[in-house]
Order: sequence, then structure tokens, then C-alpha cells
Amino acid sequence: MLDKLVNIDRRIIFALVAAAVVISLLMSFSLPVPATPPVMGIYDKINDMPPGSHVLIAFDYDPAAKEELQPMAIALLHHCYSRDLTVIGLTLWPGGTGLAEQALTSIARQYNRKSGEDFVFLGYKPGVASLIINMGENLYTAFPADFYGNDTKTLPALQGVESLRDLDYVIDLAAGASIETWIAFGKEKYKFDMGAGCTAVIGPDLYPFLDSDQINGLMAGLKGAAEYEVLVKYPAQAVEGMRPQSVTHALIVVFVIFSNAVFFASGGWRTVRRGPGARR
Amino acid sequence: MPFLRRTVPLAICFVMGIMTAFQYFVPHQLSRDFLELMTRWDKIIAGFAVFIGAYSLFHLHYSRIRFKVAGWGYSIFVFIGAIVTLGFGLYNGGDGFWVDKNEGTMFDWIYIYVQVPAGATIFSILAFFMASAAYRTFRARTVESALLLVAAIIVMLGRVPIGALISEHLPTAADWIMGVPNLAAKRGILLGVSLGAIATSIKIIFGIERQYLGGGD
Amino acid sequence: MAHSAQRTGGEEMNRSTDFWILVGTLIAFTVINTLFFAIGSFKINWDSFGIVIAVGLTLAMYSFLYKDNPAFKIAENLYVGVALGYTVIITWYNALKPDIYDPLFVPIFTKATEPEYLVIVPMILGIFMLMRISARLSWLSRWSFAFVVGLGSGLTIPNYIHTFILKQIEPSMRPLFYGGESIYVSVNGILVLVGVVTVLLYFFFSIEHKGPIGVASKIGIYFLMVSFGASFGYTVMGRMSLLIGRMIFLLRDWLGVLH
Repeated sequence: MLDKLVNIDRRIIFALVAAAVVISLLMSFSLPVPATPPVMGIYDKINDMPPGSHVLIAFDYDPAAKEELQPMAIALLHHCYSRDLTVIGLTLWPGGTGLAEQALTSIARQYNRKSGEDFVFLGYKPGVASLIINMGENLYTAFPADFYGNDTKTLPALQGVESLRDLDYVIDLAAGASIETWIAFGKEKYKFDMGAGCTAVIGPDLYPFLDSDQINGLMAGLKGAAEYEVLVKYPAQAVEGMRPQSVTHALIVVFVIFSNAVFFASGGWRTVRRGPGARR
Repeated sequence: MPFLRRTVPLAICFVMGIMTAFQYFVPHQLSRDFLELMTRWDKIIAGFAVFIGAYSLFHLHYSRIRFKVAGWGYSIFVFIGAIVTLGFGLYNGGDGFWVDKNEGTMFDWIYIYVQVPAGATIFSILAFFMASAAYRTFRARTVESALLLVAAIIVMLGRVPIGALISEHLPTAADWIMGVPNLAAKRGILLGVSLGAIATSIKIIFGIERQYLGGGD
Repeated sequence: MAHSAQRTGGEEMNRSTDFWILVGTLIAFTVINTLFFAIGSFKINWDSFGIVIAVGLTLAMYSFLYKDNPAFKIAENLYVGVALGYTVIITWYNALKPDIYDPLFVPIFTKATEPEYLVIVPMILGIFMLMRISARLSWLSRWSFAFVVGLGSGLTIPNYIHTFILKQIEPSMRPLFYGGESIYVSVNGILVLVGVVTVLLYFFFSIEHKGPIGVASKIGIYFLMVSFGASFGYTVMGRMSLLIGRMIFLLRDWLGVLH
């Protein structure tokens, strides 16, 4: 009987998960999303920069990470544009080009910011580490033209920026190992302040860099994005997502506790500990 | 021609490796100009790599169709997707691929309404399988797995708003797990992996590790 | 024989049930969208049509949860093709065109500016790289790979030592008390140091894990397990966020029940 409970058709579990998400989205209850110190690190840094400072945002992700990182990018852009900072966007992932362009231009429109004057989208470039070093030595040989084909040397938004050394802040939004690459070949070599946003999957791997102050802030996953949305007073998709996020986490915890309780109650652990050829 | 096939690439690798490694310690303008030029070249070469990827994918699906491997019919959709996207990309809203990319063309439409939703959804399917795995296989069989399980539960609850509602200590406990044992283990792994990468790099420069030559003589 | 015939019969029945589920879903999908266009929730334009396509692909992907099926396979293969096409086109407009075509070929033909002949070197190395697909000339690709790999290795050695070794050891080597911090911070500092050392011991010692080394590596394993638990928790979080994002898309952009 108990075994049957553990070995139920997995589609029942799928249905429970889907129901948990849909119902908690449709019900409106609000949950507090207080900002944690790593997220505050990025917010404070941007808040303290004088207008006209140059912030580089690297959109190093593609559609597979869109649901986590696009809300983060949008919240960041709201903050940067509202503080009159000059945003320089680029991506090391070809698949992320469209998403980056969409985020940069759609939020810019809300603040009446002009491409080339108040922000620049440099587009995609291959090379990863080499590209970062190339930008560290000379931004204009790395990107002779912006995404729209304009000569970068003529863009007012890039005035005063010769290389990565001249940037006031760099934020990498990553779905892969790009944060490490930006730190090793950018931040440490060309000495600029750096913050990071990433998918939840790689979040735990970045704590060593937070501890060593190689990044001054970190937003991990949709939760990080939600905290930033609350900080910039622009609650949107990430804050909305915290209801189902909470409910599904609770559901998974219930799954784990329940199935382990059944496992111990049915004496399954004995076969593991004492039985010959015990599965481990 | 072993000289051209083996000696020359080994020499190129050695010279490039030694020069860029030592460049790090020479902040002279000449040395920095060298680094800029080399990284710029490398960036350009990397642009060509996409065609190798394209070739191997097309080759794989072409072989499937040619040899009528089970499910070969689906491979046709890879070609349909690629050819339509390439077609609209090169057409560039009627201006051709030799001018700068136009915005708002059918190429962008395909990206927004085909690639983005399909790409975003395909990885979200894993949410269901993770839930199923958590229910069916996640067991505290040993001390090690019990530790893993408890840490996972605390982090899962402590990292979302509901955790603070259950107990105010949950977020604190999650913070501690992330900032102390997780940090220590991840730093240990990082040190190990980095030492490995440095050792491999040295082996590559001195020609001990030759995987990149791709076999043969 | 009878048993296998029975099983085949069962499979056939399953197959026909699946077929009707597929047909039913397609009809329902068509009816709902037609209704949306008819009542004016969707205007007749490319964007609305795009949303319908996007929803269709999203649902096709999720149909895999019921069973592997043609709708999923078509969507999956189409996605692979489109993603590849997009990457090639973006690489052309963002990389090859501004880095090779514009500085080298355009000036040669228009004579407006001096061509950058130096670009020929990486262009040739790039073309050599493509020779890997040829049986006879694949050895030429070794030159390109040697350049790329040699450069990468040369960059890795000093930068990794500085960034990932020295800078990472530094915070674990802080004095326990330099004034002002609480006991809690100091204890955590010691724990991190113990964790880093024991994890490294677990990874590196090729000698048998016995005696004090055995105890240390066991502690290392415990640290690793807690960190894997944390990673598992975060992975669940990430995957759920992706699912939530797609559900918001379906409920808000398609069905319009969420605002």
C-alpha cells in the first residue's frame, strides 16, 4: 500500500505542480520580498553613481534563461535610466541578442532615452575572454560598430570611454560561466567595479566571489530579480512569480518529507543498511 | 609533411602561449598593443566557429534523413526552421545581407515568436521532472544524503518569501548554509578546478597535451 | 503468444486514445484562438498571429509531459533549426560583417578608405578552421586551433593564478580578530577555512584516506554534501521560475486572465 503511494504515476505529480503554479498565480495574495545584502550591493552602487556615469550590462543569456534573467535586466534598466546613467549593452551569447535589444529599447522608450545618445547596444561578439581583453585594451577595435551599424567612435553615449578601465560599473547577467570570465579577464585585469546577476542554478557557485569582494553584489534567480523590482518600486513579473515560487517550493518540500516518511515507515532503510548488495 | 601538419601547429601554440603568458608581466605599451591585436584576431577567428557547428548539425540531420533512421521525418523540420530563418535573415527586409541589419523584419518575428517561447519552454519542462525526482528518489539513506536533503529543504524554504512566514530563522539558516559550508565547498572546488585548468594550459603550451590537433599524424 | 497479442491490442488501444487526445487538443486550440480573433481579444495582425504560434509551441513542448509525441518532436526540431539559423545570421551581422567585410572588402570596392589588410590574417585562420570538415585539408585547421588554444592557455595561466587562486585564498587567510567583529563571524571564518582545506584534501590526496586524512576528507565530504544540497535547492528554484514564466505567458498574454 505504502509502496504504491511512492510509486504513483509521475503524471499525477506533474499535474499537482502545474496546478500549484496556476492557482497561486490566479489567487492574489502578496508576500513580503525584503532585499538581501547581495542585492542591496548592486542597488546601492547604482544609486550612488552621479548622472551620466557609464554602466555596462552584459546580457550573457539566451531564451532558455529568459524567464529568470529578463525580469532582472528590466528592473536594472529601470533603475539605470531613471538615474540618468548611460547604459552600454552587449552580449556574449548570440541567442541573447534579440532579448537584450528588446529590453534596452523598450525600457528606454518609457524614459525617453535615445539610442546612441543615452544608451548604446553593441550587440553580440564572439571570442568571450579575448573579446573582454580586447575591450579592456580598446573598446573601439573590439566593437567598431554598434548593433545598428553606427560607427562607435561617433556615438555621444560612449564619450569619455576608451576601454573597460573607464567604466563606472559592469554588471554581468549570466546563464553560464561568463561571470567568472568577466572577473578573471575583465575586472581583475582592468580594475572596475563589478556586480552580477545569474540564474538560480549557478547562484551557489558565485558565493566565493561575493566573499572575496570580486563582485560587490549578486542577484540569483527570479528571487533576486523580485528583490530588485521591489527596490526600484517597479513590481512586475518577478514579484508576481514569488507566489507560485513559494507554493511550489513548499510542495516539493512536502513531497520530500512525505516520501521519506513512507520510506522509513515501510522499513525501506533496513534493506539499504543491512541487506546484501544494498543500493546506495 | 609532418613538419606542416605537426611541428608548425605545435610551434604556433608554444609561441602564442609563452608570449601571452609573459605579456601579463610586461605593462609596456608595445606589449599591450600586441595583446590587443592578438585578442582582436582571436575574436574574429571565433566568428568562423559557428559554421563548424552549423555543418555538424546539418550533417547529422542529413544523415538521419538519408539513411532513414527511426524518426528521420522530424529532421526535416530542422532544415525547415534553419532555411526559413536564414532566408529571412539574409533577405533583411528586402535590403540584402550586405547592408546593416534592419529591425522589425520577419527574421526578428521568428526570433520573438518561435525561438524565444520554444527555448524558454524546453528547459522549464525540467521543473516537472525535478519535482518527480524529489518525490520518488530523494531519500535520506545515509548521513551524507541526509545532510544534502536537510540543506536542500532549508535552502528551498529559506530562499522564498514563504520561508520567513514559517519561521524567521529559516532565511537566516539558509543564509548561513550559503555563506559558510556552501562557500567553503565551492571555494575548494574552484581552487581545484583552477589548478587543473592552469596545469592543462601548461601542458598544452609545451605540447604534452595535444587533443586540439584532433588525432592523426 | 496470446499474452503478446493481448499486449499489442492494449498498445493499439493506447495509441488510438493518444491519437484522439492529440486531435482533440488541436481542435480545442483552434477553436479557442478562432474565438479570440472573433471576439476581438486578438487583432488580426502579425503580433497576434505570433502569440498564437508561441502558445502552440509552448503547449507542444509541454505535451511531452504526457508522452513523447509528434507535436513535441516537431516543435523541438523546429526550434533547433531556428536557433541555428538565428546564430549564423547574428554572427554575420554582428561579427563577420563589421570585423571583416566592412573594413576589408567594402574599401577595396568603394575605395572610400584604406582597406585594413591586417584583417586578412585572422580571416585566413578562420577559413583554415573550417577545413576541419574536409578530409584532405583538415590538417590546416590545426594551425587555427593552435593559435586559439595557445592564446587561451597563455591568457589562462597568469589570470587564473591571480583571480581564482591568490584572490580566493586571501579571504580565507584573514586574521580571526582584527577588532570589531563578533565571535559568530570568527567562528564562521574558521569553518570556511576548515571546509576549504578538507574539501581540497578530499580531492587531492591520492594516498589512502586513512587516519587523520580519512577524518579530514570525511569532513570535506560533509561540506560538499551540504553545498550540493544548496545547489539542488537553487536548481529547483531556477526550474520552477522558468515554469512560472511560461505559465504567466499563457495566462496573461494568451488567455488574458492575469494582469
